[in-house]
Amino acid sequence: MTINDILQETYIALSANKARSGLTILGIVIGIASVIALVAIGQGSTAAIQSSIASLGSNLIEISPGAQRTPGSPVRQAAGSAASLSADDADAILSGVADVANVAPSISAREQVAAKGTNTNTSVMGVTPSYASVRDVAVSDGTFITDSQEASAAKVAVLGPAASANLFGYSGATTSDIVGQRIRINNLDFTVIGVSAPKGGSGFSNEDDVIYVPMLSAQRYLTGSRSVNSISVEAASQDAMTQVQADITSLLLARHGISDPARADFSVLNQNDLISAVSSVSQTLTLLLGAIAGISLLVGGIGIMNMMLTTVTERTREIGLRKAIGATRTDITTQFLAEAIALTVVGGVIGIALGWGISAIVDATGAVTTVVSLGSVGLAFGVSALIGIVFGYYPARRASRLNPIEALRYE
Amino acid sequence: MLELAGITKTYGEGDAAFEALKGVSFTVSDGEFVAIMGPSGSGKSTTMHILGCLDTPSSGSYRLNGTDVSTMSDDQLADVRREKIGFVFQSFNLLPRTTVLRNVMLPLIYTGVPPEERALRARSALLAAGLKESHFLHRSNELSGGQVQRVAIARALVNDPVLILADEPTGNLDTRTGELVLHTFQRLNEERGTTVVLITHEPYIAEHATRIITIRDGRIIADQPNRSRRTARPDDYDDQ
Repeated sequence: MTINDILQETYIALSANKARSGLTILGIVIGIASVIALVAIGQGSTAAIQSSIASLGSNLIEISPGAQRTPGSPVRQAAGSAASLSADDADAILSGVADVANVAPSISAREQVAAKGTNTNTSVMGVTPSYASVRDVAVSDGTFITDSQEASAAKVAVLGPAASANLFGYSGATTSDIVGQRIRINNLDFTVIGVSAPKGGSGFSNEDDVIYVPMLSAQRYLTGSRSVNSISVEAASQDAMTQVQADITSLLLARHGISDPARADFSVLNQNDLISAVSSVSQTLTLLLGAIAGISLLVGGIGIMNMMLTTVTERTREIGLRKAIGATRTDITTQFLAEAIALTVVGGVIGIALGWGISAIVDATGAVTTVVSLGSVGLAFGVSALIGIVFGYYPARRASRLNPIEALRYE
Repeated sequence: MLELAGITKTYGEGDAAFEALKGVSFTVSDGEFVAIMGPSGSGKSTTMHILGCLDTPSSGSYRLNGTDVSTMSDDQLADVRREKIGFVFQSFNLLPRTTVLRNVMLPLIYTGVPPEERALRARSALLAAGLKESHFLHRSNELSGGQVQRVAIARALVNDPVLILADEPTGNLDTRTGELVLHTFQRLNEERGTTVVLITHEPYIAEHATRIITIRDGRIIADQPNRSRRTARPDDYDDQ
């Protein structure tokens, strides 16, 4: 039999019962389409989460005060721990640790902020000028805090876009009008010198609802303390991050006079750790979605096997005849296997198109970002062809083993 | 040339064993028209299965054109059936919803005849079997019983077999169309020298052959030339 003969025989056989072939194909279409669409949604979410973490800054290492600061912990331990980090620590890291590109200590406090008859409760952050580069803060109007403003503890403020909208209105007002306005923080007048560009939510907090002031100003007018809440360190390269993290840990342990690393009064978080932790969660989610879709693919495969077994029974006499006129076992196996594979391949192609379409529609609604990867398309196609072979093989083998005499007598 | 020597066939084992053939020997020369006759249960179907290489004997030898086929494997038997034997069945066994031409071309698919040659050979076989050109592209389920059986004969002829084996070919037909089918066999036998072995339980049908072998209880009880051979006369009837 030539390939062309097999294709013709397959077409004739499958088109002989269009409704049944169509329904069997539908089973595969649903299976493949759901695999592609659900995996696309899962991978899209993973990519979205990763990019939002990346928007925090690149090669970022975060140092925060130790867990002793946690509310509810014994007062004895809390002494000195909340104030465990200082701007001097930040300077020491910048000068004492290799492969550190930049360091940005920061203080944050929740404050009631007022401007011209409006007010909002927002996070006020005392930051140094380096914060803009370390944490990827872009200024859309005006300027960020300068070194001289930091040194003189100037009462100036840079508004995040959400804070700016809360204070100066959502519509109409161009942000350039806002520069030069005055706001009151803790009953002190601050002059707005800039508005930052939107960064979007990072999952847990809104990076846009924030007001930046010079760190020295925050320490002097808002917290009245020399300590800082967090130190952001930008490593020189991605490869250096692990080493930088270890060096910072040992430097701070030495500076704080702590010999046991388990008792450290600070914690150092590597952005890569965060990305891999979140990624592993979303990859598990993708896998789960894929597995659920895989079950429907399996059911589709069983549908094929069911149809092929029915077909073999119905066509017993035809098989007997084919064997009588000289078809070998291989000929019969090939023919029935080709029918099963044709069902899955047709279903696979339609399913891929449908899955792609569903992903595009979901993406267009804006609810979830979807990413259809060539890998998942290839996998779905491969799996559907495999299902055709696996679930088609048993019926095909059964057909090829029929005794021609009995098959011809079959009523 | 078919040579059967001491063929036995036993089904089952032990106490349940049933000996369908108890030593059958005969020879059919090329160009003969032989009827194998016997009541049901006589062993004529088993004889046909062995002649048609659908089954192998328990003992004895069967030589088809000089080749011993009695000990061949399933796939080797399939090769022999494909190359050397054409079957005509009582129940026609055409593929439904498939054109006459395609039905006749079916054996050629397995023989590996090039596609462009298949239609030519199928057409000439159909004409030889007495079917009109206008029917070639009809579907097999659109034809009458006599036409269907002649399509089946054409399918048996298309590979130029050594032997055409017809199992009760008129069993599902009325007298008139049965006569037509027998006429086709007689004509093929005389004009082309095709060897025909016809299996039947009706003496009237068997009398169209040149030689009648009678089987009863697994043994040949008579094997003689048919001196009063009937000639099928489909012309006595209207052509469908």
